[in-house]
Amino acid sequence: MSTLLSVRNLTMRFGGLTAIDDLSLEVPAGRITGIIGPNGAGKTTLFNCLTGFYKPTSGTLRLAHPHHGEMRLEALASHKVVRDAQVVRTFQNIRLFPKMTVLENLIVAQHNVLQRASRFSIAGLFGLAAYREAEAAALDRAATWLERLGLVDLADHAAGDLPYGIQRRIEIARALCVDPVLLCLDEPAAGLNPRESAELNELLLYLCRERGVAILLIEHDMSVVMNVSDHIGVINYGRKIAEGTPEAVRNDPQVIKAYLGEDEDEAQAGGAAA
Amino acid sequence: MAYALQQLINGLTLGSMYGLIAIGYTMVYGIIGMINFAHGDIFMVSAFIAVTCFTLLAAADVSSIPLALMFVLMVTIFFTSAYGWAVERVAYRPLRGSTRLAPLISAIGMSIFLQNTVQLTQGARVKPIPPVIEGGIELWAAPDFTVQIGWSQLLIIVTTVVLMTAFTWMITRTPFGRQQRACEQDRTMAALLGVNVDRTISLTFMLGASLAAVAGVMVSVYYGVVDFFIGFLAGIKAFTAAVLGGIGSLPGAMLGGLLIGLIESFWAAYLWAEYKDVATFGILCLVLMLRPSGLLGRPEVEKV
Repeated sequence: MSTLLSVRNLTMRFGGLTAIDDLSLEVPAGRITGIIGPNGAGKTTLFNCLTGFYKPTSGTLRLAHPHHGEMRLEALASHKVVRDAQVVRTFQNIRLFPKMTVLENLIVAQHNVLQRASRFSIAGLFGLAAYREAEAAALDRAATWLERLGLVDLADHAAGDLPYGIQRRIEIARALCVDPVLLCLDEPAAGLNPRESAELNELLLYLCRERGVAILLIEHDMSVVMNVSDHIGVINYGRKIAEGTPEAVRNDPQVIKAYLGEDEDEAQAGGAAA
Repeated sequence: MAYALQQLINGLTLGSMYGLIAIGYTMVYGIIGMINFAHGDIFMVSAFIAVTCFTLLAAADVSSIPLALMFVLMVTIFFTSAYGWAVERVAYRPLRGSTRLAPLISAIGMSIFLQNTVQLTQGARVKPIPPVIEGGIELWAAPDFTVQIGWSQLLIIVTTVVLMTAFTWMITRTPFGRQQRACEQDRTMAALLGVNVDRTISLTFMLGASLAAVAGVMVSVYYGVVDFFIGFLAGIKAFTAAVLGGIGSLPGAMLGGLLIGLIESFWAAYLWAEYKDVATFGILCLVLMLRPSGLLGRPEVEKV
């Protein structure tokens, strides 16, 4: 099992606040890695560092890209993280292009290929074969994911008008159209009902097992994160406090402490009971 | 009746030019959410470039009018889009992360800078050029009045229709258009899907400027005179047109431009010619009071 992404000594400070403090983490290729931790632990900040949103204060983010060799994500601009490194993310609060149709949302994600093929729209203007082929391939890929995620009937609806659970799926479909090497999902199960989160579980396992996509998953819904993750890292106050299989993490005293509170609270609770 | 028909033709011509300039306002507003107050002066600069080109061509004794027009259009578009690019680079990009007011002020600074540069280098006096296109078609010889459409008017209207079709096609069908709409709706997300946001914004400024350049060439052909101050009034009227049509909407900008052109022509013909600007700005006030989202704009819903 090779390492796809290795986060080394990552630190991110905002003025006096240290959101991530000397964090090191390995994300294996072709596996699902869960990231959990209480609110404000620095999980989303980690994603923001990964995708070029924030420039880390210090530390490195090395991606062992299967085709392009080693890349340093911390040095890439946002649009290059996707274009060159094929690392893509979704957001906690959905960020679709609301006025575009579902299909257009998926086509935008493939815009790099199309833009190259279209030679700044000139080839598109004259309907050249190379552009038509690229366009057909883009539509094909979009159609594949629409079908896999059960969105075919909604392809021509404006994305912003659709229900929340469906928008979540569209967001994942759009990310998949980038043909990601690493898919970073920020709370994909938030706001989903139990049936929808079961479907999400199934989808994540399919992507990882059948398609070989490595997934980095931030999630609060334990039914998702414990069931699908191969490996879980727990963050609190910007530091990694535990790492291991779901089973090991679940029983780790540090983790229980971070989620359920300090000993003093327990002592107090015990005192009150007595 | 004949007189009204003539005003309709004049209004459409004027409106086409306002519409072309208005598209620059509306596109830039769409993508960065700010008004480019230097846009009117970009238009003025383009008119000067066109006049210079025409003068040079006349001196070189080029007699083929279509050839001369093509040449002038190409040169003007090229240089004007370079100006548009520079305005974005100097006045907008360095201030993108700051308060919304800052780029507004730097754009006004750009506008003053452009006006004064042209005034210093070209002189403050009105610059005339010999008429490029003369004549026209007599449409209707009524007993008291002859309705006529000049070749230059026809050219302006036809060019505008062609450009509008091309633009609509580009925005709705091409990868660049998709990229532009994506940036309009969510710039961060677009970047995260691999769209080069900086370049898209640059290109948007350049496209807006090139449409203004077409309008600049038309003005120099139609009126035959330019001065360093034409950008101010034309800019504000085109801005009014963009607001009337619904700022951020391309068809809205064109519709707004045509309406402003028509209103101005009819007002000047039937009411008081000297107060035609009052009509335009009265409309701006009314739109802002009664329908701030414009005719074709959608009201913005603030999400919490």
